Amino acid sequence: MKIHEFQAKELLRKQGIATLKGGAAHTPEGAAHVAQFIEGQIWVVKAQVHAGGRGMGRFVGEVAPDVIAAASRGEGGLPGKGGVRICRSINEVREAAQAMLGATLVTKQTGPDGTRVNCVFVEEGTRIAREIYVAMTLDRAQSRVVVMASAEGGTEIEEVAAHSPEKILRCIVDPVVGLGSWQARDLAFGLGLSGPTVSAFVKMLQGFYQVYQINDCSMLEINPLIVTADGGVLPLDAKITFDENALFRHPDLEALRDLAEEDPSEIEAGKYNLSYVKLDGTIGCMVNGAGLAMATMDIIKFYGEEPANFLDVGGGADKEKVTAAFKIITRDPAVKAILVNIFGGIMKCDVIAEGVLAAVREVGLQVPLVVRLEGTNVEMGKKILAESGLSVIPADSMSDAASKVVAAVRG
Amino acid sequence: MAILVDSDTRLICQGITGSAGGFHCRQMIAYGTRLVGGVTPGKGGTQFDGTVPIFNTVTEAVAKTGANATVIFVPPAFAADAIMEAADAGIRLIVAITEGIPVRDMIPAWDLVQRRGSLLLGPNCPGVITPGQCKIGIMPGHIHRPGRIGILSRSGTLTYEAVHQLSVLGLGQSTAIGIGGDPIIGLRHKDVMRLFNEDPDTDAVIMIGEIGGSAEEEASAWVGAHMRKPVVGFIAGATAPPGRRMGHAGAIISGGKGTSEEKYKAMAAAGINIVRSPAEMGKKIAEILGHQIEHLGA
Repeated sequence: MKIHEFQAKELLRKQGIATLKGGAAHTPEGAAHVAQFIEGQIWVVKAQVHAGGRGMGRFVGEVAPDVIAAASRGEGGLPGKGGVRICRSINEVREAAQAMLGATLVTKQTGPDGTRVNCVFVEEGTRIAREIYVAMTLDRAQSRVVVMASAEGGTEIEEVAAHSPEKILRCIVDPVVGLGSWQARDLAFGLGLSGPTVSAFVKMLQGFYQVYQINDCSMLEINPLIVTADGGVLPLDAKITFDENALFRHPDLEALRDLAEEDPSEIEAGKYNLSYVKLDGTIGCMVNGAGLAMATMDIIKFYGEEPANFLDVGGGADKEKVTAAFKIITRDPAVKAILVNIFGGIMKCDVIAEGVLAAVREVGLQVPLVVRLEGTNVEMGKKILAESGLSVIPADSMSDAASKVVAAVRG
Repeated sequence: MAILVDSDTRLICQGITGSAGGFHCRQMIAYGTRLVGGVTPGKGGTQFDGTVPIFNTVTEAVAKTGANATVIFVPPAFAADAIMEAADAGIRLIVAITEGIPVRDMIPAWDLVQRRGSLLLGPNCPGVITPGQCKIGIMPGHIHRPGRIGILSRSGTLTYEAVHQLSVLGLGQSTAIGIGGDPIIGLRHKDVMRLFNEDPDTDAVIMIGEIGGSAEEEASAWVGAHMRKPVVGFIAGATAPPGRRMGHAGAIISGGKGTSEEKYKAMAAAGINIVRSPAEMGKKIAEILGHQIEHLGA
């Protein structure tokens, strides 16, 4: 689960980590109030969306469509203003917020459709001596938390990782010891920090690790962490994502979820414990098990078409779940045919066949439906489908199912 | 003896009194697995279905039954603790079925398992079966046939698919293993390939990978250097877009890493016989072994 920058900074502050003064606003007037409250002469207004690359992003309607297209590819040096604006008066703050709120921001990470801005964060401006990249996440090869730091802060870290990985410093955290001061110092000196900045960096890095641990984060990224004119360090941006499996013990974090940032179909699927991801193709898929669901998508592509979605109904798919899954699949107007691929293990095929029929009767069937059942009680399942009177196209194997559904969409 | 489990395996179940644990324990007993005990704290001294003794702790269960394997159905919030309890009690093979264990709990649990020298399968896995001898997990036993092909995958139903393709062709399985779809798991592709390589009862292996992480690349490198048996490889997720998690917590392409193309490349470089259609796994094995196929189908 992702949260906004202003929420992430609140979590940092709770752990005693210094941040710049700032506040969130949902109206231009609110933004002006925040700016008045934090005082000073320079403020930064930042669009709050769950996507990176905001500064280089552009707003639909503010610039020409070809500029928007370039912004979605992450190109720099574009005309117009982005989702992060420096303001030198309260009036400019108000205008920046006015331009962003309700508008659609397109960045490299949002894709060409962009995302609507519902909230802005107004923060005091500051002088920046240096920008550093800092992040923590799980290192899967080591099964431990890895802390990464790079002197190339502020820039696109993926570029650094791809072209000069040696510029990203790493240390692995021992679960028994935690992030050692010596490890943080190693990173500090490796980044070329000196004087009082070293101890400020060490203290802050250990603070980040505390935040990461107590909140069950899956990623904490500070890009950039800035070195201030007086040698201190401050997080200028903060991205935090949480381990969904741990949210049961963090009701306070669950409350930070911004449903406006999530796909409505995926929210609906989550209610029924279905795992759904919308894709761009024309063949809707319903499969049990994540591995088989991916393999089903793959075989559709192997036969020359594209899947419209990933959908795993899970091991214990009952009638209610299958019906919910059908509704979600058929809601997508791009779907021209549906492929159901169920390997009945503990779940019996006859039960699944009944579920599919009940779902079709309730939801209706506007497109061809190919069903491949295999496993426990498969003969009973096939018989139920055959005798249903519904125009279900039966299939005997994955390749048979894929070729039939591909033929169906091609008419 | 195939790998990991056989007819001598003495199994206990942690979480035997829960609904999933109870259901699957009955299935395992029906398959012929030697289920010698269960563990539920506070229910020690009672019996499961009037036949299987229940203990309060794993240590007590091991002392009284000589158990050398455990299967865990404990809810996610308590599952990492159950894994550590089993490792601390000296259980050799820990099979963790539980889905949804927080990563923060698994990091120290996996650390302890390694220090105690146990083998961990999972979590979030279907388990392991040596057909005709021992089933530990949630897979449907009846689709398997005893034989000489090893199967290794992360997920349940895709493993069943591979098993089914082989069984239809008249090819049985030595052992079929689902290692789990979480970012932190115990036994990885490489570890299982090593076991199959050393197993005199396995002639060839189907290795199924998924997008995300680098376990398939590591395993391929190992296969290229050491494997003496033919391997057929498939990677699920060629159609998955970057940055989107495909059901399994580990199945995500991030920062351009973990794509199916990279993994296929590593497999091909290691001499693994890759198939790009999941429907071809069984046929490819048969073709390699020169098996006589009577009903190859479309």
